[in-house]
Amino acid sequence: MSDTKRFLYVNRKAPHGTVYALESLEVVLIGAAFEQDVSLAFLDDGVFQLIKKQVTTGIGVKNFAPTYRALGDYDVKKVFVERESLEERGLSEDDLMAITHENDDEEDVSSVEIVDRARMAEIMAAQDVILSF
Amino acid sequence: MSTLHTVNKSPFDRGSLASALAHALPGDAILLIEDGVVGARAAAQKTADLVQAAMPACSLYVLGPDLAARGIPVTDVVGGMTVVDYAGFVDLVAGHDRTQAWL
Repeated sequence: MSDTKRFLYVNRKAPHGTVYALESLEVVLIGAAFEQDVSLAFLDDGVFQLIKKQVTTGIGVKNFAPTYRALGDYDVKKVFVERESLEERGLSEDDLMAITHENDDEEDVSSVEIVDRARMAEIMAAQDVILSF
Repeated sequence: MSTLHTVNKSPFDRGSLASALAHALPGDAILLIEDGVVGARAAAQKTADLVQAAMPACSLYVLGPDLAARGIPVTDVVGGMTVVDYAGFVDLVAGHDRTQAWL
């Protein structure tokens, strides 16, 4: 389809303190219906959105983190996480939840790719539209 | 193929300006708006150094009405930065392939 555009959703804020993370995820899932070329970027405090085992019962808000696992079902297969942002926060790939999609052989493969800052800048520069949260 | 990066938060409050500059590629433009204009003051050594280091690879702009609203004279702005009005803001958006807002 010739009118497919490259959309990048940039996530730079920790979850739960503000509504940005949840709003971003909702827009991604709604936008997925439009069959565009969608990527997600997580950098700065945005990397905290993908941390495993978030427990929000004590703060009285819905834990939307499990919803990231549904991205594959919506054909969102590219999740880029910035290495420097993880390292600056004392985090590693092992701290992140698994987000997968089915490949052409119907095998579950990881959608998450850890990229360095320079690569992240290139990914941003390759987009038609950037939506920031 | 270049990008306009907008920064609307003070560099004394958040890392948005530093992050934007760290991801900007040569030929990109960075425009400081709203509280982001605080980062344009030459007298603030640390943030002025940050902005200066991005030039001349990137072009740096600051929105005049937001400077004026905060009582920051144009003469206080880091040398090499360009002050634009709202029409200039529109020209910057139209003149780049994409705009990325560093919220």
